[in-house]
Amino acid sequence: MATTITKTEKLIGKRIRRREDPRLITGTATYVDDMQLAGMHYASIVRSPHAAAKIRSIDIKAALAAPGVVAVFTGKDTEQVGPVPCGGSLPGLRVPHHHILATDRVYFVGHPVAVVVAADRYVARDAADLVEVDWEVLPAVADPEKALAPGAPPVHPQWPDNTAFTYHQEGGDIDKAFAEADVIVKQRIVSQRLVPVAMETRGVIADWRGADRALTLYTSTQVPHLVRTLVAGMLGLEENRMRVVAPEVGGGFGSKLNIYAEEALMGFVAMKINKPVKWIESRRENFLCTIHGRGHVDYFEVAAKKDGTILGIKLKLIQDLGSYHQLLTPVIPTLSVLMMPGLYRTQNIRADIVGVFTNCVPTDAYRGAGRPEATHGIERMVDILADELKMDPAEIRLKNFVQKEEFPFPTATGLMYDSGDYSAPLAKVLDLAGYQELRAEQAKAQAAGKLMGVGLCTYGEICGIGPSPATPAGGWESATVKIEPSGKVTVMTGSCHHGQGEETTFAMIAADELGIGIDDILVVRGDTAIVQYGIGTFGSRATAIGGTALYFALQEMKVKIKKFGAMLLESDDVTFEDGRVTCNKTGNSKPLAEIAGASYRAMKLPPNTEPGLNVTYFWEPPNFTFGFGAHFIVTDIDRDTGHIKIRRYIAVDDCGNILNPLIVDGQVHGGVAQGLGQALWEQAVYDDNGQLVTGEFMDYVMPRAHMMPWVESHHTITPSPVNPLGVKGVGEAGTIGASPALVNSVVDALSHLGVRHIDMPLTPEKIWKILQTAGKN
Amino acid sequence: MKINLTINGKPHSHDVEPRLLLIHYLREVVGLTGSHIGCETTLCGACTIEMNGQAVKSCTVFAVQADGANLVTIEGLASNGKHHAMQEAFWNQHGAQCGFCTPGMIMASKQILDRNPNPTDEEIRHGIEGNLCRCTGYQHIVNAVRAAAEATK
Repeated sequence: MATTITKTEKLIGKRIRRREDPRLITGTATYVDDMQLAGMHYASIVRSPHAAAKIRSIDIKAALAAPGVVAVFTGKDTEQVGPVPCGGSLPGLRVPHHHILATDRVYFVGHPVAVVVAADRYVARDAADLVEVDWEVLPAVADPEKALAPGAPPVHPQWPDNTAFTYHQEGGDIDKAFAEADVIVKQRIVSQRLVPVAMETRGVIADWRGADRALTLYTSTQVPHLVRTLVAGMLGLEENRMRVVAPEVGGGFGSKLNIYAEEALMGFVAMKINKPVKWIESRRENFLCTIHGRGHVDYFEVAAKKDGTILGIKLKLIQDLGSYHQLLTPVIPTLSVLMMPGLYRTQNIRADIVGVFTNCVPTDAYRGAGRPEATHGIERMVDILADELKMDPAEIRLKNFVQKEEFPFPTATGLMYDSGDYSAPLAKVLDLAGYQELRAEQAKAQAAGKLMGVGLCTYGEICGIGPSPATPAGGWESATVKIEPSGKVTVMTGSCHHGQGEETTFAMIAADELGIGIDDILVVRGDTAIVQYGIGTFGSRATAIGGTALYFALQEMKVKIKKFGAMLLESDDVTFEDGRVTCNKTGNSKPLAEIAGASYRAMKLPPNTEPGLNVTYFWEPPNFTFGFGAHFIVTDIDRDTGHIKIRRYIAVDDCGNILNPLIVDGQVHGGVAQGLGQALWEQAVYDDNGQLVTGEFMDYVMPRAHMMPWVESHHTITPSPVNPLGVKGVGEAGTIGASPALVNSVVDALSHLGVRHIDMPLTPEKIWKILQTAGKN
Repeated sequence: MKINLTINGKPHSHDVEPRLLLIHYLREVVGLTGSHIGCETTLCGACTIEMNGQAVKSCTVFAVQADGANLVTIEGLASNGKHHAMQEAFWNQHGAQCGFCTPGMIMASKQILDRNPNPTDEEIRHGIEGNLCRCTGYQHIVNAVRAAAEATK
C-alpha cells in the first residue's frame, strides 16, 4: 500500500504511488499502436517459413496488383540500406552482413524477405500472402552443440565451422588450483533459450517529411538515442534530421535494447512512399523475430579443498548466438564470465567461450543478460560441491564469501566489487525461513516417503552498467533540470524507462533536493527532439547512473539558484525547503518561483552569470555497482505427477539504498516471476529443421497468476560508494536469484535418490520421468 | 454491415466489414485505444472489455457480433472524474508497471468482484489467470484486487 504524502516532507525512502499510473489505469497512455498520423499506411512483412534456404526468385506481381496495395519492396530494393549493426567487438569476431531484407538467402524462420504496404491494415496483411517466393530449402542446424559437430550444415557458408568467435579469459593460477584440489566437481549445465515476451510487441511508425529531409521514428525501444544514431547511419540520413520517439513502452526486458531491421525498413518505406507508415509486430512475429535470451551450454568444473574452500573455477561456455549478431549478441556471454566467481573469493578462474551460429533468431540481452546464466552455474556448482563434501549449502557459502572488510574487492575476472556484506542476507533469509527447523522437518518428511526440498541461492549482480570503457556505446547517463519562470521544474532524463517507475523516483530525487512538492516536477524522457543525448534503460542502470546524473544536475542547479537568490536575499548561504529559499543568516526567504522569475527577467544579473535556470549534466560512473542477496525456496514435490509446489519463497535483496520501497518490491516480484519462468516452464524449442515449436502463448508457458507463489521480499542495505545516492540496482535481481534457488531446492528434495542436477525447465514431465528411475538402481 | 451498439453509455453506429475484429473496431474506428492487442489469440487478455456485463477478450469477437450489445471499456470505468475503485486500487498497490496489460487486467479484476465481492487470494489468482502480465509477478495485482474488494464493502 502506498503512503499518502504531504507537500514538502522528504520523499526518498517512502512508498509513494507512481506518477505515471493515472494514464495507465485509465487507458489513456499512448503506445506506438495507439497513434494515427494523417495519411498513414500499414506495412506487413513477408517472412521466411524456412530456417535455411536460398531465394531463387520472388514474385510480387499479385501482391502489387491487389486493390489498396501501394508498394512492395524486396531485398533488392533495400540492398543499399546499411546492415543491422552489431555494437559488440571481440577479437576475431566474424560478423555476417545483416541486410534488413534478405537478398539471396535466409538464415532463420521469420527472416524478413519483403514488405507489403497498403492504406489498410487488413489489406496489407492479405497481400503479404500473395508474395510468392521460390525457395531452395537447405539443411539447417538449430542446436549449438550439433552446430559445432563435424559435418554440421554451415549456417553461413563462408564459415563452415559455425564458430563466430572464441574468447579466453584467465585469472590467477588455475592449473595450480586444480593440482592442489582435494576434490573436483564437474557438471554440464544448460541455460535454455527464452523468449522475452514484452506484453507490447515491437512497433514502428515512420514519418518522412521530404522537403525538410526529416524523419521521425516512433518506436517501442529502450534506447531512442542509439536508435537515432544507428538507424540514421543505416539510412544515410543526417543524424540531426532524425527524431526518435519512444512513446509509452510496454515492457522491454532487454528485447527492446536493440536496433532492429524493421526500424530501418519503415524509415526506408516512408521515404519511398512519402507517407507515414506503421508496422506493428504480431505476437507470432514477436516469438520468431525479436531477440531471444540465454541459450547457454556450460561445462563447469570447480576445484576445492576438503573443508569446502573453493580453489578455482573452470568454465567452457557454448553460446547459441543464432544466425546474426544483433546489437550486443556476442558480448552477452562475456558478462557471464565476469560474474562466474559469484560472491566467492577464489582468485583462480579460466573461461573459454565458443560463440556458435545456429539457424535461429539471434540471442541478445534478456533480463539479467549473462548474469543469470553465470549465477545459475556457480550456485548449482556450489550445491553440487556441498553435496560431494556432505556439507551444508549455507555453510559452504559462508566459508567462501568475500568478507565485509575486503571491499573494494578485486575479482579474478577483473571486476572491483564496490561494497557488500554477503553473509547478512544469507543470515537473514535462514532466520526468516527457520532453516534448522526446516531441515528437521525435511528429515521427517523423507522418512515418511515425502519429497521436500530446501534451496538457496546467494547471488551477485553487476548493476549500473556501466563505465564507458566497459560498454559498447557509452556507459554514462544524462539529465537536464529546467526551472521555468513560474518555478515549475522539468527533468529530462537520458534514461528511457518503460515500466520501472523513474517518472516517480526521479521526481522524488528532485523534490527532495530542491525542497519543493513532487507535483511541481515533470519528468520527461524518450524523445530525442526534447531530451539531450542519453543511453537508455537496461542493465539495472537507470537509477544508479541516470538518477546520479540527475543528482549532480540538481547540485549545479542549486548553485545557480543561490547566485540568483543572492540578488533577492542577504547571502547565498541558504536552505531549500517548502518551495522557498531561505537565507540561513537572516531567516528571510523567497519562493523558488520568484527567484526563477528573476533569473529569466534578468534585471540585476550578478557578474559572469547567464540568465535562466537550466542545467545539463552527463555523469560517467567510476565503476559498476554490485547488488547481491539470498533467495530461498521450500518445495514439495508430488511423487505421482512430478508437480513442484513452492511452499515458500523468501527473497532478501541488497540493492543499496532504497528510494521507493513500493517500486523496489514490484521489481523484485517481476524479476522472480521471470526467473521462476525459466526454472519451471519457459523454453524456446526449435526442432531439428529450425522450426520454433514454442512460438505462441499456447506452447510457450509464461507464468500466470495462479502459477506464482507468494514472494516474501526483504532487504539488507549496503550503500554503494560508487554514487552519492548510495544505490545499486534491482531490476534484474529477482531473475538472477530465482532459478538457482528453485533448482537447488528441487535437487535437494531428490538428492537422497541420487539426483545431482536437473536442467531447466523443471516441468512435471521431466520430474516424473526422473522419479520413475531415481533411487531404483 | 451496419452495427448499432452502446459503448461506455454512448450510442455508436457504423458500417463495418464483417471480418473486422471488435478490438480493431474499438481502437481504430471508435478511437478507444485503452484496450490493447497483445496476441490476437485470446491468450493474453490485454484486450479484455465488458460485453453485456461479461468480461470478454475483444480480439476474438467480430465487431458485428457486438451489434446491439452494451460494452464497457477501460475508458468507461471512471465516473464523474473519479477513478473506479479497481483503478484506484491498482494505483495505490502498484499493480501496473509498463501498463500494457493493465486495462485488460483491471477489466478482468472488476469482473472477479462483480461475481464475488469477497474472493480469496486463490480465487483472485484464478480470476486473472487468463490475463498475462510480464512485469509484476502478479503479487501487487492480487493486492490491488483484495484492496478494491475491501474498499467497496
